[in-house]
Amino acid sequence: MQRFEFPRFEFVGRFARNRGALVGACLILVVALMAIFASVFFPTDPLRIVGLPELWPGEDPEFPLGTDSLGRDILSMIVHGARATLLIGLFASAVATIIGVGVGAIAGYFGGWVDEVSMRAAELFQTIPNLIFVLTIVVILGSTLTNIVIAIGIVSWTPIARMTRAEFLSLRDREFVQACRSMGMSDFRIIVSEILPNALPPVIVLSSLVVAGAILFESAVSFLGLGDPNVASWGRLVGDGRQLIRSSWYICAIPGIAIMITVLCLNLVGDGLNDALNPKLRDR
Amino acid sequence: MGGSALPLEITDLRTTLFTRRGEMKAVDGLSLTVGAGETVALVGESGCGKSLSALSIMRLLPDPPARIVGGQVKLNGRDIVPLPEETMLGIRGKEIGMIFQDPLSSLNPVATVEKQIVEVLMTHTELGRGQARVRAHELLELVGMPDAARRLDAYPHQLSGGMCQRVIIAMAIACSPSVLIADEPTTALDVTVQAQVLALLKKLQADAGMAMIFITHDLGVVAETADRVVVMYAGRKVEEASVDELFESPLHPYTVGLIGATPTPGAARAERLADIPGMVPPLNALPQGCAFAPRCKRVMDRCLTEKPNLTVPGAGRLVACFAAEGG
Amino acid sequence: MAGELVSPTPALRGSARRTAALRLLRRRLIQAVPLMLGVVVINFCLIQMAPGSFLELMTAENQVSDPATVELLRKTYGLEDPVWMQLLKYIWALLHFDFGFSYRQNMPVIQAIWIHLPATILLMVSSITLAVTIGVAAGVVASMKVRTFWDSLVSIAAMFFYAAPSFWLGIMMIVLFSVKLGWLPVGGMMKIGGTGGVLEILHHLILPTLALGLFYAAIYTRVMRSSMLEVAQLDFVRTARAKGLSRNKVTIHHVLRNALLPVVTILGVQMGTVLAGSVVIESVFSWPGVGSLLFDSVSSRNYPVVLGIMVLGSLVVIAANIAVDLVYMWLDPRIEIR
Repeated sequence: MQRFEFPRFEFVGRFARNRGALVGACLILVVALMAIFASVFFPTDPLRIVGLPELWPGEDPEFPLGTDSLGRDILSMIVHGARATLLIGLFASAVATIIGVGVGAIAGYFGGWVDEVSMRAAELFQTIPNLIFVLTIVVILGSTLTNIVIAIGIVSWTPIARMTRAEFLSLRDREFVQACRSMGMSDFRIIVSEILPNALPPVIVLSSLVVAGAILFESAVSFLGLGDPNVASWGRLVGDGRQLIRSSWYICAIPGIAIMITVLCLNLVGDGLNDALNPKLRDR
Repeated sequence: MGGSALPLEITDLRTTLFTRRGEMKAVDGLSLTVGAGETVALVGESGCGKSLSALSIMRLLPDPPARIVGGQVKLNGRDIVPLPEETMLGIRGKEIGMIFQDPLSSLNPVATVEKQIVEVLMTHTELGRGQARVRAHELLELVGMPDAARRLDAYPHQLSGGMCQRVIIAMAIACSPSVLIADEPTTALDVTVQAQVLALLKKLQADAGMAMIFITHDLGVVAETADRVVVMYAGRKVEEASVDELFESPLHPYTVGLIGATPTPGAARAERLADIPGMVPPLNALPQGCAFAPRCKRVMDRCLTEKPNLTVPGAGRLVACFAAEGG
Repeated sequence: MAGELVSPTPALRGSARRTAALRLLRRRLIQAVPLMLGVVVINFCLIQMAPGSFLELMTAENQVSDPATVELLRKTYGLEDPVWMQLLKYIWALLHFDFGFSYRQNMPVIQAIWIHLPATILLMVSSITLAVTIGVAAGVVASMKVRTFWDSLVSIAAMFFYAAPSFWLGIMMIVLFSVKLGWLPVGGMMKIGGTGGVLEILHHLILPTLALGLFYAAIYTRVMRSSMLEVAQLDFVRTARAKGLSRNKVTIHHVLRNALLPVVTILGVQMGTVLAGSVVIESVFSWPGVGSLLFDSVSSRNYPVVLGIMVLGSLVVIAANIAVDLVYMWLDPRIEIR
């Protein structure tokens, strides 16, 4: 049975030659390590008051990024916030990928009215203004972490479904799939074990870009004060600092920069993966 | 225009592709003259440098990677290779017209036929918009567009391939150029339409006394249109002769192969180029000697080490082949 | 003429194109019906999934105890009926633009939203205009100077604005332009006690437009750049050059219009996200639009308004999409209406 030959080494090489993507990947790694070892670096609760309020960055060497209006260490909050932000992004993207791959695979494999209905559904979810949908879900079902993650996943699955569908459409009539069909393999097995592995690489790249989108989403929800009250994500830190922009705008600026760098790096990595997958599309 | 000078006189034209994998001589010392009212066919397999020769003459090479590195292209006596781009703008479309291979994709999909023809006229003539429109209509009639008045408002996707090619021909001859370059103008068309377009080109050329370079890989088309034939292989001219002489007594083994591969009435079309085994060698890996040697039936030891130069085996003929010289 | 097929469609003249546009409009309106139905059903499902009864939900904020009102709601939404009947009644109510009553604003929900809609549409239109203008211009410049300093500069700027959260960008611009430089107002749509003149509103519109529009400008820049480079490779561009047109003329008359098509497509797909983005921006700049109303309603758990905004927001997106389709059709004559 024919399998997709993934030119692994060439792929890695092409990715590594893309300087932006490499820098992005390294920075993402740093953020991830920060998130994982947050409690090692800053064992105390980041929301505890540790110093004078509104210390500017550099004013006190003990708090390199300064303190907020209550005297909490901003660096500690950023490091701990990385965990919440990244996890929400990853899980929301996972939800979106599961829905998107499921819908896209079924639509592309079966075609006909199944396809028609699935694509109409995708259109429906693109029609409802995404953030309004998320806010509605969150406010009606409650601002818990799970609800936020699921809500973001629900509004982010459509591009993944479209791409999966396109991959399935191009793969479903290939010889190796027909061979499986003639052997009497069930549709489910063909989808999961034969087509899916071949369709997955570009979908994974897209999922990495969805992580970036999900982080932006979550930060907007938290910024509006509708995030999980027990989670201090970066978006919430921006929202908290908003009242003090006249005197201490850095409180707002720093977490925003953290969001921006993370999203930027994820985009760079996604672009790099994309280029490495489709070398012909480079320079465009 | 320069009185006695030939419309087109190319001397030792050299065009090189500068790529990451090294320099490739896409056109290597091409010389060629075309007289008024004459048609010269440029023949060869794809990748032999015929299209890049045409783009060199137009100074429309994709740069990077391609650049003219030497030689002269004299248009009515004036060498256009060193001319600045602004001067070339006044030459393209006015003194040289060009017709392309794929008519549908060679027209702007979102502009009407009229707009695309009027554009050439407004660029090179003093005509106002209204006059240009009238002239566009005349041109469409001239190229035999059925129902010309109505087609002015049409978009390319609403026309057949043959009609699109007529529009492109109308644009190319709009300013009565002295040289017309046709790059595989009939390859993408149906056989019946091919014949019509060829007949049209011949008629237009005869009426206006244009010099025409006709690029093709199809020797069947050559026999119908050309006065003289230049056969190219791997960027070099390997043989030149009048049409009759070439078909009667081809000298270069490559030409022999090409003619043998051209379907004759009754023969199956599938055996295309079957007589020449192998492929055109990549330009960055040309053999030291004659580029055709690896595929040649009459290859000799000398062919592998030494490049044959063009020799004159008879009046008005040229060939670059040791075997042809010897035999 | 033998061999030449007569074109299947005759040339579209002015009036014929108008007919085609009308046909497109009709088709899209028909397609909008199941879409809106879908939105309503999703809305209904959310209500059903919510903890607490429907009645509590629809009157949540003010704990309405007036028996007459409660009875009216009971009748309108058929709370004793089976679920599918409730859905039908809900749809029936929405068809009459009955989105319930907002006690907070003391007016029907539809009226509360209606009052706030113009401000939001103004912000959307100005942001999209800014985004398309900047995106197209920057994309064209980058593609014409590909692999130069300018290209890199544009690409880096696009990367930056593509990654910056819009609300944060808005706050930072307030810090710079309002607090530090004092050039532009901090928020609102007009001065306190202002007359609401055009100039006054435009003055207040600048920062929100930038905050919302620059993100999309970044997207369109990237799309436009790659689309320009792609179109520049096509055969008809070479034909245009062979006519003796200068590089700039070819770019403007031939490449640009073809390259715009993907930008317009993306614009249509993103209408929903633009409207959603304005929610956050309106909250940052106290812009008195639907976003502010939504934020207020979400904070006060004013469900009828939240659900109404979701339905009407979808309606705005569908309308905007139809407008984008018409623009696309105007740009690309190849679109045939089946």
